[in-house]
Amino acid sequence: MSAAPDPLVRWSIGAADAERLLAEAAKVRGESLWSDAWRRLRRNRVAWWCLLFLAAFTLTSVLAPLLPIPSPVQIELNALLLPPAPPWQEFGGRGFTTEAFWDLGAVDRGMLGLRQWIFGDWQTGHWLGTDAKGRDVLARVIWGSRTSILVALAAALCSLLIGVTYGATSGYLGGRADNLMMRIVDVLYSVPFIFVVIFLITIVNEYRRTLQDYYGINREVVFYVVIGAIYWLTMARVVRGQVLSLKNSEFIEAARVIGASTRRIIFLHLVPNVLSIVIVYLTLTIPAVMLFEAFLSFLGLGIEPPKVSWGLLAVDGVEAVSPLYVQWWLVFFPAAAMGGTLLALNFLGDGLRDALDPRLRGKD
Amino acid sequence: MTRFLARRLAWFAITLFVVVTISFFLMRAVRGGPFDGERRLDAAVELNIKARYHLDWPPWRQFLHYVGPFNLDEHRAEFLGGDGGRVFGGVLVGDLGPSFRYRDFTVNDIIAQSLPISVLLGLVALMWALSLGISAGIASALRRGSGLDVAIRLLATGGIVLPNFVIATFLVLVFVFMLGLLPVAGWGTLKHMLLPGLALGAPFAAYIARLTRTGMLEVLSQDYIRTAHAKGLPARLVILRHALKGGLLPVISYLGPATAGILTGSLVIERIFYIPGTGSHFVNSALNRDYTLSMGVTILYTVLVYGLNTVVDFAYTLLDPRIKLEEE
Repeated sequence: MSAAPDPLVRWSIGAADAERLLAEAAKVRGESLWSDAWRRLRRNRVAWWCLLFLAAFTLTSVLAPLLPIPSPVQIELNALLLPPAPPWQEFGGRGFTTEAFWDLGAVDRGMLGLRQWIFGDWQTGHWLGTDAKGRDVLARVIWGSRTSILVALAAALCSLLIGVTYGATSGYLGGRADNLMMRIVDVLYSVPFIFVVIFLITIVNEYRRTLQDYYGINREVVFYVVIGAIYWLTMARVVRGQVLSLKNSEFIEAARVIGASTRRIIFLHLVPNVLSIVIVYLTLTIPAVMLFEAFLSFLGLGIEPPKVSWGLLAVDGVEAVSPLYVQWWLVFFPAAAMGGTLLALNFLGDGLRDALDPRLRGKD
Repeated sequence: MTRFLARRLAWFAITLFVVVTISFFLMRAVRGGPFDGERRLDAAVELNIKARYHLDWPPWRQFLHYVGPFNLDEHRAEFLGGDGGRVFGGVLVGDLGPSFRYRDFTVNDIIAQSLPISVLLGLVALMWALSLGISAGIASALRRGSGLDVAIRLLATGGIVLPNFVIATFLVLVFVFMLGLLPVAGWGTLKHMLLPGLALGAPFAAYIARLTRTGMLEVLSQDYIRTAHAKGLPARLVILRHALKGGLLPVISYLGPATAGILTGSLVIERIFYIPGTGSHFVNSALNRDYTLSMGVTILYTVLVYGLNTVVDFAYTLLDPRIKLEEE
């Protein structure tokens, strides 16, 4: 039997060759999922404008105390129910005070101070009209966006943390544990949550004094947690499904063959792939949460005056529509702000899905 | 199939038990009751009221009494030491107890009065959602890329992104104040049902339109549709008989969530249009601290939503043989 040539010897390469090959490999820059997705998103005109719009809107709402707009809670008895007056008719005037504000945080108070230092007591005119108590609609819409965006982000974060952890654990463990965990989600799914939430919020209302004084928890915090606790369900399902399908895919196997540790596999291979779907789903959760806030505010169980939110504003607007007179601006502007934001989020979600879907990678 | 139903039933029992237990103990844990008014009640009166609603019993007994199936008050069965006047009672036999607020009514009375109204409203809304949604979806799929398609898609997105009370307000503005066609609120005749039904069904119509459009577009590009066209069938027949069957499958699977959404959405719509349905009772009971009523309605809706979802899943497998129940 003649000795076959040793494959290792036959294919061996010199150290110099190996170094050259490695150096060549190092020069090739792989394109990460994210830079690829970013490029793709920028090319999608609609989604890109929606992203810019949302960014501008968020910035406006964060910087609301700095803007020279009237106070959203200042009652002006000689300016009740003024129809919108565009800037070229009435640009602005004096009269800004900070007296009527609710308890703001330190940062907001600082920004208000800065605003007074810059603009003094000058404020814009009632560009979008005033409501039944003479409060400026523009200011209320902008300040309302703060609450709505905060509710949405807090709930989204809650659902993100619970949902991703739960879903990924369930999917990765598999077997019995997975089965049990998913059955629990099924049980929770079939509970009509709006009823339970309303029930919970009424019960929390009984204890609000205690919670507020001893634990510093107000109704809004409960509100965020409760909403987040509902919306994690779908997130968990989505993440689990994705993890299940990825767990046995070739690139995970390849990573394992190379000798990557389990942690590396999870955090560098599984999570980024799951993350794209999670982000897409988040852009769909946020509109749902905002609508839910409006729903609860309508029933008188959401954000409480003197604070403002889009839901509350829309409710005020709805009440202002009667057969005798139609104060359309009270319902139109809050609805437009809310509708516009949710529309942008929807389009952005679609755009993100197209940009992040790995199956579309490399194609145009 | 039997296995599927049995499993569903078992999980249903667990779900219901969880909902009942948690809400019962939360309810009992609440410090202020529905009887704490502005004025403090006389001690004797308070004792009487507590005895009337069995609030003087230990919690476990109240719970067992509430859940059933055996009645535990003085008319309980003889083997439990009562006079045997009313052996059964509690949620398990469909008895949701007395209302805390409406002293002369039981929760069952209130639900029996109001549920038919809510169901009727829900049916009208579902009808609107299906008829508007499916026809708009088909039209938009057939005229893909045309002005009609763009208009329908914009309207549909609007229906999804606006809260339904805002949609209701716009509808009232147009149909009541501007056109004067329909009454503004109330309940009783068909005219009263149209507007609330439309307002309630609008977001679902929008979603169904989107689903139908996607489903139809997918089906229309398939070979058997081309074959049907090629063998000379009239276009109307191809669409109605061949394409619609496959194109509507996503809509059917959405019917379960849609019905649940319509049921809960009626909380708001009933309030706007002053409709005396279960939803408005629920909201009032939550605001009035009428815990037995709000718990009863929560249980009722859990049953309804769960039952409807099971029926829809079941129907789905009949329509699409590729789906197997056991694999869910």
